Amino acid sequence: MLILECPYCGVKAEESELAAGGEAHLKRFGAGSTDEDFEGYLFARKNPKGVHFERWRHAYGCGKWFLAARCTATLEVFGTYPAQTAEPPADLVAKIKQKRPEWEGYK
Amino acid sequence: MKRYSVFAIAREAMRHHTGWERAWASPEPKANYDVIIIGAGGHGLATAYYLGKNFGITNVAVIEKGWLGGGNTGRNTTIIRSNYLQDPSAAIYDKALKLYENLSQDLNYNVMFSPRGLLMLAQTHHEVRGYLRTVHANNLQGVATEWIEPAKVKEIVPIINIDGPRYPVLGALWQRRGGTARHDAVAWGYARACSDMGMHILQKTEVTGVRQENGAVTGVETSRGFIGTKKLGIVVAGHSGQVAGMAGFRLPLEAVALQALVSEPIKPCMDVVVMANTVHGYMSQSDKGEMVIGGGTDSFNNFTQRGSFHHIEETLRALVETFPMISRLKMLRQWGGIVDMTGDRSPIISKTPLGNCFINCGWGTGGFKAIPGSGWAMAELMARGHAPLAAEFGLDRFREGRFIDESVAAGVAH
Ligand SMILES: Cc1cc2nc3c(=O)[nH]c(=O)nc-3n(C[C@H](O)[C@H](O)[C@H](O)COP(=O)(O)OP(=O)(O)OC[C@H]3O[C@@H](n4cnc5c(N)ncnc54)[C@H](O)[C@@H]3O)c2cc1C
Ligand SMILES: [Zn+2]
Repeated sequence: MLILECPYCGVKAEESELAAGGEAHLKRFGAGSTDEDFEGYLFARKNPKGVHFERWRHAYGCGKWFLAARCTATLEVFGTYPAQTAEPPADLVAKIKQKRPEWEGYK
Repeated sequence: MKRYSVFAIAREAMRHHTGWERAWASPEPKANYDVIIIGAGGHGLATAYYLGKNFGITNVAVIEKGWLGGGNTGRNTTIIRSNYLQDPSAAIYDKALKLYENLSQDLNYNVMFSPRGLLMLAQTHHEVRGYLRTVHANNLQGVATEWIEPAKVKEIVPIINIDGPRYPVLGALWQRRGGTARHDAVAWGYARACSDMGMHILQKTEVTGVRQENGAVTGVETSRGFIGTKKLGIVVAGHSGQVAGMAGFRLPLEAVALQALVSEPIKPCMDVVVMANTVHGYMSQSDKGEMVIGGGTDSFNNFTQRGSFHHIEETLRALVETFPMISRLKMLRQWGGIVDMTGDRSPIISKTPLGNCFINCGWGTGGFKAIPGSGWAMAELMARGHAPLAAEFGLDRFREGRFIDESVAAGVAH
């Protein structure tokens, strides 16, 4: 059972209280961008077996979107942070690096 | 290869079963092959088989990191049907169904194909309209399906409760030719036939890298060393993104867990396959008597080959209303597989940005039924560079917006 802490209301929510929203920190491409960029934005996903940054919504709680870092191979949750964050916070990245030395990093 | 037959059984019975051969060989890898297929699931093995059978290409290795059939092919609930909505889907799934009809004879291996008939229950008005549309589409495609009324559903499935308060049965889409087959036997049968043609099936051999030169593939790095090849087929389902990454391209796929469970064995009580898409559950009875039940997928990326427990609860809660008698059954086993989901819920059978490298993936929650047709198309694509059945399933459809939208027709995981 997956448990994520909502960074807004502080509730440790169990997954059936949450809605998953897919990969986080996607760079948006719209009108005027190349077909390749637009396709990449819409469809191509990192889908890593390991550290994944992703969007979640506290659907049956405060209703807010937030972001999480989680390992897709073990379901370990490294941390959650507010949705208004353009990149994963440095302290979280450092924490993951320590736990997963072989991790290639966020970029 | 000694053929299996009733005479073989009699002969072996007389000599204490000492004469059975191994079904497939476990050779040492060669330095080079004409074709390497990564992944010895049903789709990879079928691709190899039809490369040999239809195109005479037999200098082939199928490389598998675990044991053959140990991925989704050995974990699925074995539903076979071809009542999809879009024309390209109907073409490839119906080709697969037709090949399944003679597969045991073709492979000289009993895959236990059982065309017992398949019902997709309509439990909301939206579903009624959706299935009526599918019936019309199927009739235009030459795929025989019918719409049947609740009374007829009750006649076909006596254990069903058609007037449940929350999920009444309003009718069903009925495909008589649909059914099930033995999942392991499909993998084993193809493997035996491939081995018989001289192909190498290399189990416990993980591909860890793809080597290329001048934009074309030259071979693969494996846990048993480098192996060269002229052409490469990537057929690894849940790990497609990982292997595509080794080959230098990204895929429009995400991996999630799908789970299934079986009950204790009971006497025969239901001789068709029933799918209930609104409640995300489907059920059939195995030859051993177990009720085989499939559930929904997790909503998040997951490689753990388990699934979340609440999905089981939701599936069973809904199925118990539709099949009250299962409320007394004990569940014996539960397991999960990692399925590769595309945005339009249709597969990818395609060339790739890397020369001489092809990919077959994206079958998601429903590719067991497609194994023979998919292998047929993939073999033709790899041998000739073009295959009519695969033409619409190229990777470029995402850029061009030519989706083959089956999220309505599939609706549920199966
Ligand atoms: C619970 C569940 C129920 C399902 N129910 C149905 C159903 O009722 N009907 C239906 O039609 N479909 C169903 N499906 C879907 C179906 O199982 C799959 O679509 C199909 O089996 C995929 O076959 P495959 O050969 O592509 O993949 P797999 O059988 O998964 O084979 C891929 C193989 O690639 C290997 N591999 C991966 N990475 C590497 C590597 N780096 N090196 C070497 N080998 C590698 C894996 O070990 C694996 O054996 C279900 C799936 C699940 C999980
Ligand atoms: Zn909250």
